[in-house]
Amino acid sequence: MSGLFPLSVTGAATRRRGKRLVGPVDFDWDGQGTQVVLGPNGSGKTTLLRLLHGIARLHEGEISWACGTAAARNAQAFVFQRPVMLRRTVGENLAYPLTLRGVARAEARGLAEGWADRVGLAEMIDRPASVLSGGEQQKLAIARALIVEPELVFLDEPSASLDGRATREIEAILSDAVEGGTRVVLATHDMGQARRLASRVVFMLHGRVHETGPAHRFFDAPETAEARAFLKGDIVE
Amino acid sequence: MVDLWQGLSQAFWLVVTLDAELAEIALRSLSVTLTALALGCVIAMPLAALLAVRRFRWRRSVIAVLNALMGLPPVVVGLVVYVMLSRSGPFGVFGLLFTPTAMIIAQMIVIVPLMASIAHQSLRELWAEYHDLLISMNVTQSQKVRTLLWDARRALLTAALAGFGRGIGEVGAIMIVGGNIDHVTRVLTTAIALETGKGEFALALALGFVLIALTILVNLLIHWLGQTEREGRW
Ligand SMILES: Nc1ncnc2c1ncn2[C@@H]1O[C@H](COP(=O)(O)OP(=O)(O)OP(=O)(O)O)[C@@H](O)[C@H]1O
Ligand SMILES: [Mg+2]
Repeated sequence: MSGLFPLSVTGAATRRRGKRLVGPVDFDWDGQGTQVVLGPNGSGKTTLLRLLHGIARLHEGEISWACGTAAARNAQAFVFQRPVMLRRTVGENLAYPLTLRGVARAEARGLAEGWADRVGLAEMIDRPASVLSGGEQQKLAIARALIVEPELVFLDEPSASLDGRATREIEAILSDAVEGGTRVVLATHDMGQARRLASRVVFMLHGRVHETGPAHRFFDAPETAEARAFLKGDIVE
Repeated sequence: MVDLWQGLSQAFWLVVTLDAELAEIALRSLSVTLTALALGCVIAMPLAALLAVRRFRWRRSVIAVLNALMGLPPVVVGLVVYVMLSRSGPFGVFGLLFTPTAMIIAQMIVIVPLMASIAHQSLRELWAEYHDLLISMNVTQSQKVRTLLWDARRALLTAALAGFGRGIGEVGAIMIVGGNIDHVTRVLTTAIALETGKGEFALALALGFVLIALTILVNLLIHWLGQTEREGRW
């Protein structure tokens, strides 16, 4: 796989009513490993992910993927903080992104069955997605993102409504995907998960990238006082 | 009260004896309105979807006009269509005045704004729900519209039923453009108007009951068809 990387972000910012929500952000990524975005509530994690994916308006600066902006989104998938379910069955939700890409119905159905099984929803495959629990919807959203084998997947707090076991299952699936060549950008509040998955950390504060670096360095010896306070669970101002 | 009972029993007799004339005008009512409904849906539903997903310059104005047109008086619609189709009008050469086709056109004009408005409401809500996901999946404009129309099909059915109800019970427009000609353009509503005018209240009432029964029947039928997937909240 190739195409998206290297990514280069320079002075990227998005505004709302004249106020900067996020940015300016400078950020380079050669496409190695898993990026974990950390930061307190409202620090701009979601907005940063949306900006990178191209579904938040870029008001300043530049985000340049190697393959160009237009092609980039096709190589990416996004799992939203609040899962969006199509008003269809579980199986149809899974098959949807495939049929958009012209995959034949029968083949899409086969892949959907495989993924439903992997995330433990095999028995629910013909039920409406609306009857799933919050955690099940989250799992479905993750499966629906990975089913197209994206080069890069954004996950916005994917395990926020998952129990311990489901979290581990999802992490195993993500690890498989990473081994298969998929890159991951993940925003999370779960420090354990961050330590397990991150190869690099982006620490957000007040809409800016406050600190960034290899995961082991960030967790063992954070450079800034704010990052230290955040890791200790203190209030970060 | 006597008239009501007479009407009811006469309606009963007309139906059980399969009165030929009743069958003819009831079928004409159905075919005119169902045709107007089918053609109207082809216009109203995609229009509603486009209004929900496209941001163009006159969008708000179009929506406002559409909402205003919902309350369009059918008589006025009939009048305008009459002028358009009459011998000296712009479409006079087609000779459509006083034909079922003219009635279909008039009914379409009456029900399209109604159906488009109702459909637009639900499609807009659905689009708000789906927006981020579909943008993220890079859908094309036509995939977007098809997804919305399909996933909102229950709500669209409701819009269509509202259109059917308005069409089948409508009398002002089709009276003018159809002319209520026996065996040609007479339908249930115009026949009711005629019989009432003649003082034949029992017969008028009988036709009225048949009209109501027909409306309920079609509603039940369409609802039943729409319930093929029974389970779930959608
Ligand atoms: N559409 C919007 N309009 C106005 N303000 C917004 C909008 N979206 C985000 N914000 C603001 O931007 C800031 C960053 O929001 P964002 O959702 O990116 O935070 P987050 O780090 O993901 O928080 P959380 O951990 O709670 O998910 C917040 O202060 C939020 O209120
Ligand atoms: Mg967030």
